[in-house]
Amino acid sequence: MNSFPASGIVLNAIFLLALATLVGGALLAVFSSRLIRSVCGLAISCVGLAGLYYFLHSPFLALMEILIYVGAVCVTIVFAIMLAEPDEPAADNGGRSVFWSGLSLVVAAAIFAGLAWLGIHGDWASPKKLASDGSLEAIGRSLLTTYSLAFELISLALLVAILGALAIARTGRTKA
Amino acid sequence: MNELLFNRLDIYLIAAAFLLAIGIFGLIRRRTLIGMLISGELIFAAASLNLMAFNRFTVHDPAVGQIFVLFIMGLAAAEVAIALSIIVAVYRNYRSVKTAELSELNG
Repeated sequence: MNSFPASGIVLNAIFLLALATLVGGALLAVFSSRLIRSVCGLAISCVGLAGLYYFLHSPFLALMEILIYVGAVCVTIVFAIMLAEPDEPAADNGGRSVFWSGLSLVVAAAIFAGLAWLGIHGDWASPKKLASDGSLEAIGRSLLTTYSLAFELISLALLVAILGALAIARTGRTKA
Repeated sequence: MNELLFNRLDIYLIAAAFLLAIGIFGLIRRRTLIGMLISGELIFAAASLNLMAFNRFTVHDPAVGQIFVLFIMGLAAAEVAIALSIIVAVYRNYRSVKTAELSELNG
């Protein structure tokens, strides 16, 4: 690859670190009983995902992932947890709880096994030549030409979401 | 260790399948609305990672997948804002966000 002899090992180690961050954060997000730790797991998982985006030749999306998910989404969920104080209730009436845990484990394992089998055995062909280099300049150019309608529509969707969130959260405020 | 692991498509696909599976696992298992929302975010992340992996390895124009994932992130942010305001409204009415207690018709 280049002149530095151990660069492959170093790159592989950084990639495996990002992958471990993603997996560990997701496990923490699902299995912890305190919801504030669960949000921390989601944030850690998003940092790992940003690392994977960097390895997929997209530093722009890595930056956006940290900015939007860690900076906005997780902080918003933390605010909701502070307002509602929800902790996962202790496992009551054991039989049904065990049944649902077992069922969800079976469903998740089946989905993971099926998709992993498809991913490994699929015949994914790589393209002969690329239309653009996927740089930030190419993204900006196609956002303002080919995808300008979708770009405007998503700003409209965000505006409607802000107004809707304000309207929904406002009702019942005087009663409380 | 001569082979570079991050140039293989199947590793990204398996990671995305793991995220989807654990998101669905949490969605079934969680008993509060906010916990279910966090699991839903993991499923969004799985979809984004899958799209980006195919965008990197199999797609003719690498800018398309990045724009698509950017739109997914924007829609996920809007979805989180709406869902959290609904959760806050539900908490005001029921004083709880545990899914087992959110019922008015009890048989």
